[in-house]
Amino acid sequence: MQRSGRDCGEMQRLDADGTGARQAASFKAFLQKSSSRSDRNLYDHLVLLLAKIMDERPDDAVDVLEDMSLELKRASFKDTQRSLRDHVTPSVGERLAEQQLLLFKHAQDFNHEDPTVETGFPNVNESAFYLEQAGVGLGREEMQRILLALKLLVESHGLPQCRLWGKILGTESSYIIAEAEYTEGDEEQSTDEDLQEEEEEESGTQENETDPVPRSTYLHPPMVPKEALGTGANRFFYFVCNEPGLPWVKLPSVSPAQITAARHICKGFTGRLDSPVLSYPPFPGKEANYLRAQIARISAGTQVSPSGFYQTVEEEGEEEEEMAHDQCLVNPEFEGVSSLEMAQSLSSWVHHIQHILKQGRCTWVNTAMKVEEDSIEEEEAAEKDEQADEPEPEYGPPLLTNLSQDAEMFHTPPWSLRLSSTITPQHAVAVLRSNLWPGAFAYSNGKRFENIYVGWGLKYTGQGYSPCVPPPPQKEYPSGPEVTEMLDPSVEEEEEMRMALEEQQEVQQELEEDEEDEN
Amino acid sequence: MDFNSLPYSLEFVAGSGCILTLEERTALQTSLVIVKTNYKFQRILFWGKILGLQHDYFVAQGRGEDEMTDRKSLYSLNCVDWLLLPSVTDAMVEEVSKAAQGRFKGNPSFVYEHKVSQQEGKEQEKVFSVTEEKRLAVTVHHIDEEASVVPRGAFIQSLRGLVQTNRSFGGLSESEARRLENFMHFRKPKTLQKKPIPVKAEWAPAIDFLDVLSEDIPKGSWSLQFECARRVCVLRSLLWLGLTFYHVPMTPQHGYIYVGLGMKNLDLPFML
Repeated sequence: MQRSGRDCGEMQRLDADGTGARQAASFKAFLQKSSSRSDRNLYDHLVLLLAKIMDERPDDAVDVLEDMSLELKRASFKDTQRSLRDHVTPSVGERLAEQQLLLFKHAQDFNHEDPTVETGFPNVNESAFYLEQAGVGLGREEMQRILLALKLLVESHGLPQCRLWGKILGTESSYIIAEAEYTEGDEEQSTDEDLQEEEEEESGTQENETDPVPRSTYLHPPMVPKEALGTGANRFFYFVCNEPGLPWVKLPSVSPAQITAARHICKGFTGRLDSPVLSYPPFPGKEANYLRAQIARISAGTQVSPSGFYQTVEEEGEEEEEMAHDQCLVNPEFEGVSSLEMAQSLSSWVHHIQHILKQGRCTWVNTAMKVEEDSIEEEEAAEKDEQADEPEPEYGPPLLTNLSQDAEMFHTPPWSLRLSSTITPQHAVAVLRSNLWPGAFAYSNGKRFENIYVGWGLKYTGQGYSPCVPPPPQKEYPSGPEVTEMLDPSVEEEEEMRMALEEQQEVQQELEEDEEDEN
Repeated sequence: MDFNSLPYSLEFVAGSGCILTLEERTALQTSLVIVKTNYKFQRILFWGKILGLQHDYFVAQGRGEDEMTDRKSLYSLNCVDWLLLPSVTDAMVEEVSKAAQGRFKGNPSFVYEHKVSQQEGKEQEKVFSVTEEKRLAVTVHHIDEEASVVPRGAFIQSLRGLVQTNRSFGGLSESEARRLENFMHFRKPKTLQKKPIPVKAEWAPAIDFLDVLSEDIPKGSWSLQFECARRVCVLRSLLWLGLTFYHVPMTPQHGYIYVGLGMKNLDLPFML
């Protein structure tokens, strides 16, 4: 800044007059004079520069001052022609909202639908009302969304009937599960065939080698066959989705091996159907299979109904009374039991889903018979059969046993039963809560009943889960007299043996001499 | 969960499955007002529900001037009559850990007994006994210590050391609510002092005075999801199954509730 002599003189005259304020004002006016070459003035530039330093607080600010000043001047050049448009990525919430918007649209052939015809999807809102009295539920808006999602499911897959089974919580996201009855047109591509094919391939490669390796005599324990679709643990099939509005995914049917493995592990769900289940004992399958196995266990353990609602199928000419029923029909003559009665004793509730046996199926199968058919070397197999004992058939409680027969575990009764309200028992519903599967609820108000599961999908383990111990190491060779080790005889023992042998020989020689003498 | 926000905040945590019946909610709204005036609390929270075999316990917590230290818990069997829970001492914690096992029975005067026979030649049986009321108090204390959650910035610590609600808390943004570092335990901090100084330099001391959730061991014991059509951030604890925390981003609404069996999940390492 160059001061002309005239200005300097003016300043001195102002000093003499006194006010510093006027000095400051005139200096400020000088700063605010716009430059002749550009539109800027020094005052604004200094304000912006100091504001930038205040915001950014750079290290060694005094050294980078000139650079910052230049950058400011460069940045003030505005590009009026912007050819790039802002690309807005929709947030997760917005994408879900678009998908859920489909829930609210009518079906395309809405005009042809007759609203009086019974539709396959349940009246979830009515259930939600009663379940709220029982103290379980997902919130009214969520239930409404689930209702619409079930409607879409029934329409898209053409299911005659479906039911909301419940919700299983996971660490990354949760599963909402719908249950549907098996109809005869459904065929499933079984993935278990792949496992069997792998086993056959392994045994096949051994035969192709030029030097035959000694074949191991180990036979895999025979695989328990899966139950046919529509019976036992595979009676229903299940659809899952993470959020109502997202597409429903059908779960594969469950195999007994998966159920037995699921009984021994305690693993949480992540929310992704294809994530691996790492556990000991190893689980044969992915999270979709594990989820299906847990659903099967929970259904078998906690799906209950008022006694009398279902009746067993009466077959003509039934000879064996031990045959387990696996189907039951709705009893048309059911009149309803008052909720006060239902809330008083456990014997007014019955299981209407078959119990899963230790084998992993609902009906027992003798796996020993299968070995004869499958094995190549029948002689060996026949020998093994003679040695092995016949496996004992397993029995479970028959269908429609009442809950008072359920066994107590870990010193807690398996069920907790109460009325939903103590103040107004006249309008209350009976609420049944499972203690073995925390999260399983059932209610009954006389004519209506419902089961639901909302929880983490794990059984109550009492003091804590302890994993299975690995099996003991196998013996390398069978022990027998030719293989067992014996101690080498010590010198004294050898001496003794030799002495004893010599004595024997002497005695024999004497006997022979005596005989000769006699002769 | 703040009592004033109870009507709408129960919808946010309903995704965990356990909700209060209409009768319980209306009874709470009436009785908690009376409790607040009787005990002269500044704020009263509905803490949660512990499910017992025969009856359930409803627990409420009243806060005084200092939110961290002036805390009193009350319990009720029917949401109408509230009784004060005894304050927890170390001796009580030890008694409960020795004697109490299994589910809560639902009867506050039930006595748990645990017999330990000393085989040192004396052959005397030492009996540890504790009432269910004390077990309830200790359980509430443990859950608050290990699983209580507040978003960062919701509480401020004044110069005198008082912890109070932050009236100008605008809520976490959507991206901030996805990170576990922005949620903190509401308890006396334990791991705070061990942080290196360069990390501490970036904190605002009035807000960052609590332990952060991402430091919890084992990692993965919190499940962070966005529920209710992805509008609400919901945190669920896997250590205490049943504890649910909700926060609506960009609003000051937040709270946590415990509805569960009242038992620590000892199977957590197997579940992960």
